[in-house]
Amino acid sequence: MPGSGSNKALDVLVIGSGNAALTAAISAREIGAEVLVLEAAPEVYRGGNTRHTRNFRCMHAGPTGVLPGEYGENEYFGDLQRVTKGNTDEALARLTIRSSEECYGWMQDHGIRFQPPLSGTLSLSRTNAFFLGGGRALVNAYCRTAANLGVQFVYGALVRHLELKDRRILRVDAEIEGETKSFFPRSVVAASGGFQANIDWMVDAWGPAARNFLVRGSPYNRGIVLRNLIDQGVDTVGDPAQCHAVAIDGRAPKFDGGIVTRLDCIPFSIVVNKHGVRFHDEGEDLWPKRYAIWGRLVAAQPDQIGFAIFDSRSIELFMPSAYPPVEAKSVEVLAMRLGLSKEALVATVEEFNNTCRPGTFRPTELDGLATEKLNPPKSNWARPISNPPFFGYELRPGVTFTYLGLCVSASAQVRAKGSPIENLWAAGEIMAGSILGEGYLAGFGMTIGTVFGRIAGCEAAAHAL
Amino acid sequence: MPSDAITEARRQIQICNACRYCEGYCSVFPAIQMHRNFAEGDIVQFANLCHDCRGCYHACQYIAPHEFDINVPRALASVRQQSWKAHAWPSCVGQLFDRSALAFSSVMVVSLAILFWLTTAMRPASGEGFYSFMSHSLMVAIFVPSFLLPLIAVGISVRRYWKAVGGGSIRWQYIAKAVNSLARMDNLSGGHGEGCNFEDGDRFSNARRWLHQATLAGFLLCFASTCSGTLLHYGFGMEAPYGFLSVPKLLGVPGGILLCIGTAGLAWLKTKADPNLGVASAWGGEMAFILVLFGTSATGLILFAATGEPAVQFLLPLHLGFVLTFFLMIPYSKMVHGFHRLAALLRNAEMMSEDSSLRSH
Ligand SMILES: Cc1cc2nc3c(=O)[nH]c(=O)nc-3n(C[C@H](O)[C@H](O)[C@H](O)COP(=O)(O)OP(=O)(O)OC[C@H]3O[C@@H](n4cnc5c(N)ncnc54)[C@H](O)[C@@H]3O)c2cc1C
Ligand code: SF4
Ligand code: SF4
Repeated sequence: MPGSGSNKALDVLVIGSGNAALTAAISAREIGAEVLVLEAAPEVYRGGNTRHTRNFRCMHAGPTGVLPGEYGENEYFGDLQRVTKGNTDEALARLTIRSSEECYGWMQDHGIRFQPPLSGTLSLSRTNAFFLGGGRALVNAYCRTAANLGVQFVYGALVRHLELKDRRILRVDAEIEGETKSFFPRSVVAASGGFQANIDWMVDAWGPAARNFLVRGSPYNRGIVLRNLIDQGVDTVGDPAQCHAVAIDGRAPKFDGGIVTRLDCIPFSIVVNKHGVRFHDEGEDLWPKRYAIWGRLVAAQPDQIGFAIFDSRSIELFMPSAYPPVEAKSVEVLAMRLGLSKEALVATVEEFNNTCRPGTFRPTELDGLATEKLNPPKSNWARPISNPPFFGYELRPGVTFTYLGLCVSASAQVRAKGSPIENLWAAGEIMAGSILGEGYLAGFGMTIGTVFGRIAGCEAAAHAL
Repeated sequence: MPSDAITEARRQIQICNACRYCEGYCSVFPAIQMHRNFAEGDIVQFANLCHDCRGCYHACQYIAPHEFDINVPRALASVRQQSWKAHAWPSCVGQLFDRSALAFSSVMVVSLAILFWLTTAMRPASGEGFYSFMSHSLMVAIFVPSFLLPLIAVGISVRRYWKAVGGGSIRWQYIAKAVNSLARMDNLSGGHGEGCNFEDGDRFSNARRWLHQATLAGFLLCFASTCSGTLLHYGFGMEAPYGFLSVPKLLGVPGGILLCIGTAGLAWLKTKADPNLGVASAWGGEMAFILVLFGTSATGLILFAATGEPAVQFLLPLHLGFVLTFFLMIPYSKMVHGFHRLAALLRNAEMMSEDSSLRSH
């Protein structure tokens, strides 16, 4: 194995095989470095959460490839400001945004193909470039490009320890086929994602409720490298108790359910907890703006569970999900099938129906069709739930990513007590907290990974050569 | 139709409909996205529209060991295979699809035996060229029915297909779309023109697309050559053998060469492809079909080269044996895919135009 033991030279060791890792590996190799990628997952699951992505957010001064119109730096930064409520590092954010423009061509040159927005995502058509075939196709293309350039890959290689001494990583230990192997690279790029699949860590940060969370992405993103570095005193950024979570289908797998488990039915439903009681305004705002709050809302309910209830008039109004909804001829039977109290659900539905007012229902805009004297209210799309059959979905919080990460400089270099570690760089989710303090902007995760992956790869190679 | 293949395909398609990441690869996903619930006919239509490019397998984040166990190429291949069997005429012969390789070899052996026997036992006293081995009228007596009957069978099977998928009346505009798509094989283009994922994991390549088109073009040229020969014979009283610069030869020789190259290439690619993405029981029959097509063209070319040589005595029945096997197996082998595919493309053109007319209201 290249670079294992001290016998063979290894310039750059990259940890992970997601977007950030692959862009770093390719960039380092193109400068001439010997590059080794260690990936914890088996080959079929390479690519971490990147497998689940579909687009990246790209600044452009004019029509570019599949992107029409323009999306300038200030508009982009404004969008980021709004979602993060200002909790962003402006210099790093602007660097990311500016660099995103040249990513488009770079990605194409390295095998990525783009397509017009997927159906149902028109709101992103100007700002986000979609990968033809989605994230796994992107991972496949980058892996081929990297392998053709001579980057070496080892799958099933779990990095457990980076030996940090005197501001240098001296050694990297990985578990491969049950044995610990040591590597002595000149430079290291940590691109091993967040820690959302580490349930124990999530429980530490969130409390026992976190055991009921579902993880939307890879089970291999357990933050082992992040924890190892934190324990050795590197600088972090981001609130450990925060994560991005959306409400997903309660029947989704514990890990890796990805995009198909999301539910877009909430604006056309009422949402109750396990006692059959409503707890938040389902019609507060247009869905894309409220999508991300429902994970936390459901997480705050008893047993971290919720139920969306709607009727046959609404079934065609949102994107289908992987599982068909639970269906019943009456609200009573629906309650039974969902494991809810009949009396409670019937009472909630009746109360809601009685507070609905006449008016025009317009599903694609804020129609102002609000309940009257209902607490909490439903401010838009409030239409009685009265046309059988009735439908219900069980909702659970689905975690997308965590915010705690490594604090990096503009050259992606990792720091300890404010000064750089000579040969350690970080890219992707593991450092995204440096830019994204809270909230989320669709497609920004891949942008951060691509921009900082390329920077980290070049810096790491330059240091090694 | 046994419903487990349909049920499994429906399960997967529902997940795809929630995902849509593969929308850009082919016509199947945009067609899926027009529905929310999937009737059996819809799934049969998707299955026959699928060109088996395999892009959607390699791009899928939910392939095994993920519990969703998505494998759209295999799920659709198995519906496709079953739909051909279910629509075959006469229905009892449709069972041959399950034992396609065996059927091919049996038909082959019998055809060869008959033709060898005929060319020796019934060899005419006079006649020129090939007709000195078998009289023209005997050839016609054997080949016309064995060409027309399978054609009728295919016609009935395609009609059954058309009913099953709910096809309406065909318009020129649909034909134009379907033929255009067929000519460009755009469903094997990967959406970006770099081809499909067939012979080397997730690498895109146009090899299969080109080889398929070589096969198709070769086949059509050979067919045209036979037609022109028939026309010369009956219309102009010009009998075979035809010289190198005659219409039948000018069409037939390049046709035969293309067919040889195309089928040899396709057979080779097939040995490289991942069997896990297809129906295991269909592999042998598909291979047999390609090899019979190869054999037909190769023996045809050799026969032409050997004109006037004593070897014609063996080559003629050998070639005719391949031709006969091919004809007889048309309705019960992979060859039906061409007819069903064309029908599926027509139906898709119809569905897309219904959809856009709905949207414009
Ligand atoms: C369902 C879903 C959809 C999303 N859609 C989008 C989208 O459309 N656009 C967008 O911009 N963002 C999207 N995101 C966010 C996006 O996935 C991330 O921002 C991005 O993939 C992060 O890339 P990365 O390379 O940092 O991490 P990852 O792609 O997660 O890669 C990390 C890799 O490191 C490996 N690893 C972890 N620990 C170790 C270890 N100790 N040793 C060795 N290897 C290790 C993991 O196995 C993994 O392969 C989505 C996320 C989810 C869950
Ligand atoms: S094959 Fe997989 S990636 Fe493609 S649309 Fe279906 S579920 Fe999505
Ligand atoms: S195998 Fe290719 S043609 Fe068939 S459904 Fe998948 S992407 Fe479409």
